Amino acid sequence: MWDFLQTYGGRIAEGTAVTGAQFGLATAVALLAALAAGLGRLSDHWPVRAAATTYVEIFRGTSLLVQLYWIFYVLPLFGISLPKFTAGFLSVGLNVGAYGAEIVRGSILSVPRGQWEAAYALSMSPLKRMRRIILPQAFVLMLPPWGNLLIELLKGTALVALIGVADLMFVAKQINGSTFLSAEAFGTALVIYYLLARVLITPAMRRLERSMARRLGRA
Amino acid sequence: MELSAYPLELPPDDRPMVRFMNVTKSYGSLVVLDDLNLDIQRGEMVSVIGPSGSGKTTVLRMLMTLESINGGVIYIDGKPLTHMERKGVLVPADEAHLRRMRASIGMCFQHFNLFPHMTALQNCMEGPVQVLGLSKAEARDRSEELLKMVGMIDKKDQHPSRLSGGQQQRVAIARALAMRPRIMLFDEVTSALDPEVIGEVTEVIRRLVAEHDLTMLMVTHQMGFARDISDRICFFYKGKIEEQAAPEQFFTNPQRERTQQFLRAVKDAD
Repeated sequence: MWDFLQTYGGRIAEGTAVTGAQFGLATAVALLAALAAGLGRLSDHWPVRAAATTYVEIFRGTSLLVQLYWIFYVLPLFGISLPKFTAGFLSVGLNVGAYGAEIVRGSILSVPRGQWEAAYALSMSPLKRMRRIILPQAFVLMLPPWGNLLIELLKGTALVALIGVADLMFVAKQINGSTFLSAEAFGTALVIYYLLARVLITPAMRRLERSMARRLGRA
Repeated sequence: MELSAYPLELPPDDRPMVRFMNVTKSYGSLVVLDDLNLDIQRGEMVSVIGPSGSGKTTVLRMLMTLESINGGVIYIDGKPLTHMERKGVLVPADEAHLRRMRASIGMCFQHFNLFPHMTALQNCMEGPVQVLGLSKAEARDRSEELLKMVGMIDKKDQHPSRLSGGQQQRVAIARALAMRPRIMLFDEVTSALDPEVIGEVTEVIRRLVAEHDLTMLMVTHQMGFARDISDRICFFYKGKIEEQAAPEQFFTNPQRERTQQFLRAVKDAD
């Protein structure tokens, strides 16, 4: 095992870095898409609602792998060619964003009605009510489910190896293909994915939850 | 009555601070308020009492435009609140008109509804800064003065979760006053409070009545308090004003049988 890491450690590290980049960018896409679609589903205007619902239905209702292939292999037929790196994080982000939209919508609706009314009684405009009063409170409610979703997202990025993005999974497959050291190659990948989730995502979310609780004076 | 029959503005010699004119509110087939006519004069303190389900809270919520109305028109200082003028007739008000008009109305709620992510001071500054466009410094001065008045200045940097119910309600009163409303609405502001802290909130309202020229409308279950500070008591029963009178008259010599029954029942409960 030591020999294995000495020989392939560098490549595995490179693959892990790509996975990290895919994770970061896909998270940004997912957050933006979730916020836009979550708010869109609560809009007073039906075309906005319809667009948001369509997005959520399509990306939540079909397989991430198929979406990935669509964005990478089919969109070029319509004149939209994306580099594989971009196609990778975009697919994963949009897919997770569709789940996130429901979290955003649900947590906005969970903010007590009295908060809307108090902001309304201060003559705040709908936009200010949302931005200043409702979203900050909804944000606290959505943190725990987002923690779950981000772990899903990290694991989902492994699929981008299938369109040739040189991420951790891609490197593990390559090493396996040339050496047949399957247990070492995939075992290492397994451990790294677990550690990324366990050591990075979960503690970061916990810290965020604690700091938000402090801002509400609850800590 | 057709909407075109309502005046665009009330005449200068007949302008109460608030006028409900033939106001009707229903949910489906359930009529909550039936043809309500009620004037509240400038600086007057009116208490609304009645059994639950009599529509008394709805009166306040309609005035705050939290509830739409199904018929009639509400005027504030002679100008239509629920409606606006279009080509010489009144039409239902749009969001912008409602927001402009309700700026002169402040409301305190049964469950306080302070913003939990802000300190007491920030709660008070939010409206003045975000809605009235005051500078932070001006808003802070105004808010601190009001927090002083309600006896909460030493807790100004606390979040609501660190405050008792009575303290939260006092901050909520300061928050509403920071908008410099001309009309204040109190919706059962002591109903959610422990008995021992009710006094600190009623004391603040007492001082408001004594020292300020606000027009106030209060829904309450505290008969003694209502009797002490009101200029007039309105007794609601099944969506109508069953009886209204000055407090002494109302409590010592109620005319209607429903009123007598209600007052007896309230007394027995005490």
